[in-house]
Amino acid sequence: MTARERIAGNVANYVDERTGAAAWMKKNLNKVFPDHWSFLLGEIALYSFIILLLSGTFLTFWFDPSQREVIYDGEYQPLAGLEMSAAYASTLDISFEVRGGLLMRQIHHWAALFFMVAIVVHLMRVYFTGAFRKPREFNWIIGVGLLTLGIVEGFLGYSLPDDLLSGTGIRIAEAIIQAIPVVGSYLAFFAFGGAFPGEAFIPRIFIVHVLILPAIFLALITVHLMLVWYQKHTQYPGPGRTEKNVVGYPLMPVYMAKAGGFFFVVFGVTTFIAAVASINPIWLYGPYTPGQISAGSQPDWYMGWLDGLVRMAPPLESYLFGYTISWNILIPGLIIPGLMFTGLALYPFIESWITGDKREHHLLDRPRNAPNRTAIGAMALTFTLVALINGGNDIIAQQFDLSINQIMWFSRIGIIVLPPIAFVITKRICISLQRSDRELVLHGKETGRLVRLPHGEFVEIHEELSPEKKWLLTSHEQNGPLELPEIDKAGVRRPSAIRNKLRSRMSQANAEVAPKVTTKDLNEIENH
Amino acid sequence: MKRLSRYRRHRAVAPLMLVFALLAIGTTFSVASATPNKSALALARSAVIEEGKQLFLKGCSSCHGLNAEGGAIAPSLIGVGAASVDFQVATGRMPMADMSTQAMRKEPVYTPEQVAALAAYVASLAPGPEIPGDELLNYERDGSLAEGGELFRNNCAMCHNFAGQGGALTQGKYAPTVMGVEPVHIYEAMITGPQSMPVFSDKTLTPEEKLSIIKWIKAAEAEPALGGASLGRVGPVTEGLLVWTLGIGMLIGVAVWLAMKAR
Repeated sequence: MTARERIAGNVANYVDERTGAAAWMKKNLNKVFPDHWSFLLGEIALYSFIILLLSGTFLTFWFDPSQREVIYDGEYQPLAGLEMSAAYASTLDISFEVRGGLLMRQIHHWAALFFMVAIVVHLMRVYFTGAFRKPREFNWIIGVGLLTLGIVEGFLGYSLPDDLLSGTGIRIAEAIIQAIPVVGSYLAFFAFGGAFPGEAFIPRIFIVHVLILPAIFLALITVHLMLVWYQKHTQYPGPGRTEKNVVGYPLMPVYMAKAGGFFFVVFGVTTFIAAVASINPIWLYGPYTPGQISAGSQPDWYMGWLDGLVRMAPPLESYLFGYTISWNILIPGLIIPGLMFTGLALYPFIESWITGDKREHHLLDRPRNAPNRTAIGAMALTFTLVALINGGNDIIAQQFDLSINQIMWFSRIGIIVLPPIAFVITKRICISLQRSDRELVLHGKETGRLVRLPHGEFVEIHEELSPEKKWLLTSHEQNGPLELPEIDKAGVRRPSAIRNKLRSRMSQANAEVAPKVTTKDLNEIENH
Repeated sequence: MKRLSRYRRHRAVAPLMLVFALLAIGTTFSVASATPNKSALALARSAVIEEGKQLFLKGCSSCHGLNAEGGAIAPSLIGVGAASVDFQVATGRMPMADMSTQAMRKEPVYTPEQVAALAAYVASLAPGPEIPGDELLNYERDGSLAEGGELFRNNCAMCHNFAGQGGALTQGKYAPTVMGVEPVHIYEAMITGPQSMPVFSDKTLTPEEKLSIIKWIKAAEAEPALGGASLGRVGPVTEGLLVWTLGIGMLIGVAVWLAMKAR
């Protein structure tokens, strides 16, 4: 035993005798995680959150969350001598006078965009592979909560510097609050402490942005990760992988090295982009005054699709019992997003109701093997993408010499017509891919090598798949639709026949697949 | 060839071919859409107004009428003044290339002398705004930078964007960028209100205020990209585009590399 080993051993023993950590560590450090690049997407979100905490803390040292009017006397000459809020002036000081301040601001904002992108990409991975199925429904709901809070948190951060763009965003948020029937105007007065803009909202938003929401985030992320730990990570199907095991690398040392390294890569890439690309150049926007507005005012991308929905809404308004109801704000600003997030949160329960599948799942689906789910996902993404494009309609019109009106009409029609088309096309593609998997298993891979037989015939050599690959292409389940006859075995009519019929129809649509290869098929080929 | 064809099933082939195809299409497009410089018209020297009249009859009268009285497709030019002619012709907007939406800035067709002659002819028809002279346009001396920015955000930004990059209007019309525009043309645009732009008379914006706006625009033009690549100075749309392409692309690339099995 060398001196170094002896010292390390003594220290470890000292700690263990007082905490009993060794047994716990031994168990947990050997915990196995499956290895796949798509399992790192959620980690990007986690690391971006840590970067946000670090850079955000730095910014609070100089940021003055107050709407007190000050006269700017800082370095940036085009704004010299103008009246502005202390919040805006201190953000200018962070940008131009605090050493490294502009870089920190840009890291913070780029990290926020990365955070939201990573959440969405991670959500897509979880959705399309069916990782939300039992027992992970609660974690799915926590994830949807993190997404929703992320949008709010990002929007509040965008609003804090009190520049022209953020003030415009706050103004729209106020309009959406006001659009709530009956209580809207009271709620807006409550939130802003009086008429817009008032002097209250920057300090209030600040506390929500730096204290309340980050605390909720920390709690939810902790539960999110603890559930992953406790329920173990899902894995892709493959030889040796079952619903009862996890095939991968132990946490220590392999996974810890990879994950720890990846943190620094995420930090590095964020810093690199923050160092070379400008974000939110508030000195160009100028201080906020309600009388000003800029062409091309946009929210950050994660709010862009909501803005796009509001932009495409036709001018509908009704006047009922002395109250104005602005449907043109209410529907795109509150009702549609409300329905979308509710649908997203409830999706695991809806799917299990349709399939009748109440079993635990730890093996992931390949997206093609769940055509209906994949198609619904494509439909939702198409809807959001059309809305997002319309959110940037003025910039698109300007950059590509198009008419903003035509883009708006494209979006109005497209948001209704394109999602169903995306559903049908995606479902057909999934089933075609299943058919091509079947072909591969039955006839092997086309090698491109042509051989001329002695009697003159040309044939292409097909190479048989490896047993592992065959297993991968045939191991998935194909369950038929639910049997829900209107009259059950005892000859009694089921209650709520309409619901039953709906469930039966959806279950049938859900079970539409290209039949996978069975042993019988393979035997037939062999004797053929 | 044989060495190359060995790699035809390499996994980098598809992305490489895609990059190659995009480059080829882009290069072909930019070569094919390049326009040759228009040769200047031959010019005979005579009295300036008479010369302008002759130019007008040749180049403008088919739309604006033989006496600049206007017609079904073009407005009357009587009383628009020299400033309007100088703005429209010297920035290449007139004569129009196509009449579908609005006159766009392009290489001017006429030489500065010809523009002056055309302006003199139109000014001779009826009084109108005159071309501001160099003495008036001393914006560095008479303008105030910060006030100009405030005035720009109050009066111009709603169409031309906070950084003067331009913006979209209805039905394909647009407010062009004010970057790289001659101070005299900015001034003329304010006093004549070309295309969809309103007129900013000296009562709305005094000459000093106009000069302040020009001073701010020129400062914005000369301002280096303080935070790194400026991404077009059009706000969060291009930022979102960058994070969804290069940003997450780099991170996913690293993730794929990290999860690759050692060979």
